[in-house]
Amino acid sequence: MEKIRAAILGSGNIGTDLMYKLKRSKLVPTVMAGIISGSEGLARARQEGLTTTSDGIEGLLKQRDSFDIVFEATTASAHKTHAPLIREAKKIAIDLTPAAVGPYVVPLVNLDAHLGEPNVNLVSCGGQATVPLVSALNEVASVKYAEIVATIASKSAGPGTRQNIDEFTETTARGLEKIGGASRGKAIIVLNPAEPPILMRNTVYGIMEDGDAKKIERSIEFMLERIKKYVSGYRLRANPLIEDMPNDNYKKKVTLFIEVEGAGDYLPKYAGNLDIMTSAAVKVGEEIGRHLLAGTWKKKSAGATL
Amino acid sequence: MEKEKRGGDTVTDKIFVHILDSTLRDGSHALSHQLTAEQVSRIAGGLDDAGVEMVEVSHGDGLGGSTITYGFSKQSELELLKAASSVIKRGKLAVLLLPGIGTKDDLKMAADCGAKVAQIATHVTEADIAEQHVGLAKKMSMDVIGMLMLSHMGSPEKIAEQGKLMESYGADVVLVTDSAGALLPHTVRERVGALRAALKIGVGFHGHNNLSLAVANSVAAVEEGARWLDACTCGLGAGSGNTPTEVLATVLDKMGYETGINLWKIMDVAENVVRPIMPKPVRIGKVSLTMGYAGVYSSFLLHADKASEQFGVDARDILVELGKRKVVGGQEDMIVEVAMMLAEKQKQSASH
Repeated sequence: MEKIRAAILGSGNIGTDLMYKLKRSKLVPTVMAGIISGSEGLARARQEGLTTTSDGIEGLLKQRDSFDIVFEATTASAHKTHAPLIREAKKIAIDLTPAAVGPYVVPLVNLDAHLGEPNVNLVSCGGQATVPLVSALNEVASVKYAEIVATIASKSAGPGTRQNIDEFTETTARGLEKIGGASRGKAIIVLNPAEPPILMRNTVYGIMEDGDAKKIERSIEFMLERIKKYVSGYRLRANPLIEDMPNDNYKKKVTLFIEVEGAGDYLPKYAGNLDIMTSAAVKVGEEIGRHLLAGTWKKKSAGATL
Repeated sequence: MEKEKRGGDTVTDKIFVHILDSTLRDGSHALSHQLTAEQVSRIAGGLDDAGVEMVEVSHGDGLGGSTITYGFSKQSELELLKAASSVIKRGKLAVLLLPGIGTKDDLKMAADCGAKVAQIATHVTEADIAEQHVGLAKKMSMDVIGMLMLSHMGSPEKIAEQGKLMESYGADVVLVTDSAGALLPHTVRERVGALRAALKIGVGFHGHNNLSLAVANSVAAVEEGARWLDACTCGLGAGSGNTPTEVLATVLDKMGYETGINLWKIMDVAENVVRPIMPKPVRIGKVSLTMGYAGVYSSFLLHADKASEQFGVDARDILVELGKRKVVGGQEDMIVEVAMMLAEKQKQSASH
């Protein structure tokens, strides 16, 4: 069967981990572009049979006939420069950086609302880890307020995240609202330096207008099963805590404790926060690929987009 | 040395120690963040009149802390800050922000309300998440105090390294922050000394009284060259409370330091304004003492008490387990999870 071909822009930890995941996916990774010729990522890509270039975006675009989708695994500022060039080359960009040139997507939740977009963005690790659950709650009853606390190992937070930590909290909060469906969202991030490094943890709170506890549990379970299919180390650490609230307007408070263990493809297992980004990227790529092959990767008629 | 003065209305050549009163911020923990604008206005006004240089008003977990995780505030920070700002005439309004919880927008809101001092706090090893917030506060002409929380978890060398980061971002002062009330006078000295040796900017200390050492530790810090101290009137604060402002001012006066605080007036504020709003006396109970012993973030106290009641497990067991898991400030969400896990274990061992 014909497969959609993928290029990886960025040969760092994320790009390299992504390559291993793509090798197992419904896509075929064909090219990796970096900017450091001796980088380990490029060497590993060559070993895996990919064409490599250390000339960055220029080198990548010389290979334009050998890929359909570009995974951007560099930095937000680099992607802002790359995005128009990728678009000109008529390739689809899946952006793992916080650049947010294109709309935010969370697989399983809102990709269908962005069919035909030339550039999609993956929100944040916290968003990928929590938005599907908020969305699952919102399917049962209206979520008035969603709050998440993402705790990640200090070692898994790079300088980019650290220098702009507000980007995480703000982007994730908007994701809880716009994609998860909460009327209001709040996100908190905590870095924990414990050794050995802790796995990524997320606590998700939902204040709901109503909701039958059984239905809530079923909806969460159903979503969990589907998430696990593309993030194998995603699990609940404890049973959902569903409490009645005394206030008349808000009937239920739901607390979910999540842990994300990475697959350990290239990134360490504790870095579930990075793994969920590369996993979600692959999932989005596969979905886009499916649409491309079926000829349905097209914008719906005007007015139909959400 | 002349001793007859009662407070800071006279100019002296004594060494000045800057006091930040955090009753309306750290004290907010002890009130489960239920402070009203009316209380804020009375307390801030009293503190200002007593000559307190900096009066801090924020949610206990800093700006933007009003959440399920840390407890919702009764009134918005905007209302509380405005209430304080309108009564502070001599001193400066201060706020706290923890990067990861509060954002730059929260800091801008506070500056618009008249805040002149920003305490920016990170875990002792994570100062580099504070760069953008320190930078913004400086840009808005605020004084910036960098806080290295849970300082007992960092060696003096680590603290010096992280303090230098804060300094490089533009902080004016760095505080050894004993969030767990776990430091002892000599471990305070080592940390303050390391910062003093490494930094050109001011150094200070923020204490908690879990081991009944808040005042003693503050004294040790001052003797080691710290010139900025945090305190709370009546000791109202997280865990067993903070260094009591009225006691600290009195002790520093006896030691021959100047704080600008009028002793009679601060004692009156403590007795007449703050004490009446305290739901219960701040004291060293078995749970808060365990915090100092196990080195757990003092803000966890009431959350651990609540989880202990809800799930029927000893709050001390929750804290010790949290200590084992090396949780840091901000991980209040772990308290319920650990309590649930311990309750499950209890159930299993009971059925065997």
